[in-house]
Amino acid sequence: MGTDFLQYTITGLTVGVIYAMVAIGYNIIYNVTEIINFAQGEFVMLGGLFAAFFVGTLHLPVFLAFFAAVIATGCVGFAMERFVIRRARNAGVLSLIIITIAVSILLKGSAMLGYGKDPHCLPAFSTRGPIMIAGAVLQPQVLWIFGVSALVVIALSFFFHRSFYGKAMLACADNPIAARMVGIPVRQMVLLAFILSASIGAAAGVIITPISLMDYDRGAMLGLKGFGAAVLGGLGNFYGALLAGCVLGLAESYCAGYLSSGYKDAVALIFLLLALFFKPEGLFGSEAATLKKF
Amino acid sequence: MRRLKKWWGAAGLLLLGILFHFAAPPFGWTVESPYRIGAVFSITGVGSFLGEPEKKTAEMIVEEVNQKGGINGHPIELIIYDDESDATKSNLAVKKLIKKDEVPVIIGPTRSGESLAVVSVAEEAHVPLISCAASYKIVTPIESRKWVFKVAGSDSHVAGKMYDYMKSKGIQKIGIMTDSTGFGASGREELLRLAPEYGITIAADERYGPQDTDLSAQLTKIRSVQPQAVVNWSIGPTQVLAVKNWRDLGMGYTPLFQSHGFGNRKNLELCGTAAEGVLLPLARVNVGALLADAQPQKKVIMEYTKSYEDRYKEPISSFGGHAWDSLHLAIAALKSVGPDRAKIRDFIEKTQKFVGQHGVFNFTPQDHNGLSKDDLEMVVVKNGDWALAP
Amino acid sequence: MNKKDRWAFVGMGLLIAVFPGVALNVKCISHYVDVMVFAGIFSLVSLGLCMLMGYAGQVSMAQAAFFGIGAYSSGILTSRLGWNPWMAMPAGAGVAALVAWIIGVPALRLKGHYLAMATLGFGVIVHIILGEEVKWTGGPSGMVDIPGLQIAGWKLTSEVAWYYMIWSVVFMALLFCLHVIYSRVGRGLRAIHEEEMAAESMGVPTACYKVQIFVFSAILSAIAGSFYTHYVTCLNPGSFNLMWSIRFVLMVMVGGTQSLWGAILGAVLLTFAGNEWLQIFSDFEILVYGAMLLCAALFLPGGLASLVPKVIGVFRNSLTHLCKR
Repeated sequence: MGTDFLQYTITGLTVGVIYAMVAIGYNIIYNVTEIINFAQGEFVMLGGLFAAFFVGTLHLPVFLAFFAAVIATGCVGFAMERFVIRRARNAGVLSLIIITIAVSILLKGSAMLGYGKDPHCLPAFSTRGPIMIAGAVLQPQVLWIFGVSALVVIALSFFFHRSFYGKAMLACADNPIAARMVGIPVRQMVLLAFILSASIGAAAGVIITPISLMDYDRGAMLGLKGFGAAVLGGLGNFYGALLAGCVLGLAESYCAGYLSSGYKDAVALIFLLLALFFKPEGLFGSEAATLKKF
Repeated sequence: MRRLKKWWGAAGLLLLGILFHFAAPPFGWTVESPYRIGAVFSITGVGSFLGEPEKKTAEMIVEEVNQKGGINGHPIELIIYDDESDATKSNLAVKKLIKKDEVPVIIGPTRSGESLAVVSVAEEAHVPLISCAASYKIVTPIESRKWVFKVAGSDSHVAGKMYDYMKSKGIQKIGIMTDSTGFGASGREELLRLAPEYGITIAADERYGPQDTDLSAQLTKIRSVQPQAVVNWSIGPTQVLAVKNWRDLGMGYTPLFQSHGFGNRKNLELCGTAAEGVLLPLARVNVGALLADAQPQKKVIMEYTKSYEDRYKEPISSFGGHAWDSLHLAIAALKSVGPDRAKIRDFIEKTQKFVGQHGVFNFTPQDHNGLSKDDLEMVVVKNGDWALAP
Repeated sequence: MNKKDRWAFVGMGLLIAVFPGVALNVKCISHYVDVMVFAGIFSLVSLGLCMLMGYAGQVSMAQAAFFGIGAYSSGILTSRLGWNPWMAMPAGAGVAALVAWIIGVPALRLKGHYLAMATLGFGVIVHIILGEEVKWTGGPSGMVDIPGLQIAGWKLTSEVAWYYMIWSVVFMALLFCLHVIYSRVGRGLRAIHEEEMAAESMGVPTACYKVQIFVFSAILSAIAGSFYTHYVTCLNPGSFNLMWSIRFVLMVMVGGTQSLWGAILGAVLLTFAGNEWLQIFSDFEILVYGAMLLCAALFLPGGLASLVPKVIGVFRNSLTHLCKR
């Protein structure tokens, strides 16, 4: 009993951290532009597939492949903002939703044509065998996942609170017109937001691939659940996303373990609906005042 | 000037030659009206890994037959539509084959969902349809499936074969895990239905989504009931995940059975050494080289394997075998009775001892599938390759 | 209904009425009638969605789910409980309406894209339920042998009969929608679309209207789903997934969100494109869809319907030009 519980917890936290990374990606873009980027999940998928390509075909070492995949996906984020979102800057909310959905379909389709429909694999970052904790199995890759995401979170909070660009981005989020008046190039900040969120998504994709494999069709579901985490944590709220991601992952894992494994996928979405209906500012956001701040 | 004329003459002759090369029939081959065969495969969409080898196989066979002079002198005209793994599209494609192309017989669709969506169309139009999908619902109840046949073995055969093997090894208590696709659901139904017949208890029954990224939770739950064997029945990447997680959780001492869906070399590559010892029932087409020479299917399987691999430079898949079986059945029918829908139906229903890729078919008015669990072999993964299970 | 709509209505009616007579006599398009039956069914969905997108300014990513609720209600009630299909249809619509109301009321009170998200999540949940409740829905392998439709003891089997029945339903739905647009509710809706705050301060009950339209679109989808069930006589969850919701949105976007005629045009065009004309693209289809959606949103926000007046204008100009000379 205790062993099972521990195993479910480990599994839940592992996926939960990935959902959190996706949620952080949503938040960065939402904060600067108020756009919900429906293509966020595809960045995760692209990250994993790029890394599989770099390792499998170009035979790069895994760590190099990690950075290469993150940079490559960052470029995709750049292209998306520069060539699509920027054109639609005057479009209404409805058009923006549809545009990001269209981009996600395009990314998914290109991935399918480029990589085929088979799942792709990546070697684990470290080669040692699984670690046993009181009968439960902990794969070393899980530690890598925790480590990398912790690094990402720390680096991001450093970036937003200490660096010039980070502060400028926060200013855009607060009030774009005022930001422009004090000389902050808002368009560039939006561009930066897209690159950043694409890269973070890609990082999540690369670290999860050794455990779960990656194929072109994964993006939509990861995106949806990540979005659930973002809403649950309060849209725009950074630490809220992290917490909410873990909550969702755990809920899913316990549901699979103790209730019904078939309805596992519905758990995150039910949380999403409940949060939207009863607490649209999220579990950890306090009212609209902080809706747009970290 | 004269020189130029000569050139023109030469060019003209060459052109004529080329034209005749295409237009004139090969020597000793009289032109008869072609026999049409309709086909619906899931060449794209989620089922493409099934439909693509089927399409390739069908095209290859038609070319071979036509090169040898066709069916009694009639060349085959194969009309293939892609249903894109979508029930609505497959419904429309079959209607198009019946109305526009007026084919006497249809092979496909590839998957169960799409096949079930066209059963009523074939019944109403009185067109024989040979499905390549597995679900038993395609040919039952037989009263309302007069015109529908299928060449893929049923999941009950696979489950039966598995249980037979377990029984012989003294395994009585198992845990099963299935995915929530049609494939997994159908397998689960059969596993649960047949277990009492073989005196097997299912101590854990777990399900998961086809997109799941981790099956540790399900396997942990199964491990907690301490079964003698684990059965995983799924399609796509989760099959590989199941093997990896089974290994990582240190469950290697409990034998892992996979469904026949695992019978693809790609899966072995993705699993690596983790797959050693995994057991699964497979159709003989997957393991042609391992068969004894006396095996009646050995010859057709080796021929098919060779010509397919020579032509497409890729290993055969068992799904291509379904196309082989259905198309050769259709060809045999056309050869004996000509392009008459009703006669083709009657011919197929009476076909006995038809040696195909997936078994030796014996159709009867009660059985429109014609296969049994004895058409499968129990296979084990050994040194990264298939081997017949001891 | 204004004069233009009346003309369009008569014109389209004639076109639809004559079509099978032409198609059935030309060999290579004889199966187009079958395609048009599906196009009619999808038109019902896109009409409802068009009202929601074009007139209430909201997008729903769950139309396939409502379509599925209607379809499965019909399938379960008729084949498992032995109901008459004509009774099962309103029952399915009722279920869909109730569900839409439950989702719509909280989601539409919020601003912006909350409905899009709520419906996105809801659509996936419905898809999961359809696959999981094996006892009722048959699970992922679905249901088979669902009874067809009967009208006064006469069984609908021929494609042509289905064609005329479906399209008369489409026409009835269209009439109703046109009526709504030119009524008080329609004016209120257009006001919401222009400027919600202003509309509200003028006394338009915005949230109430939006919920009503959302429920209405769900009902239309559910009815379409019922017809689909009895036409195909089998069901599996694959026909009700997120991709289908996206297709429905695409139908409306291509046709034009501001025009009901465009919604029908979009449904017909995309059904033909998907089943007939885009077959050559096969695997590229998903890219073509994405590109179409993107182009429609970026370059042709009014959809194809917005081109019609332009084309007519150009035509008229050149005609008057010619006459002058």
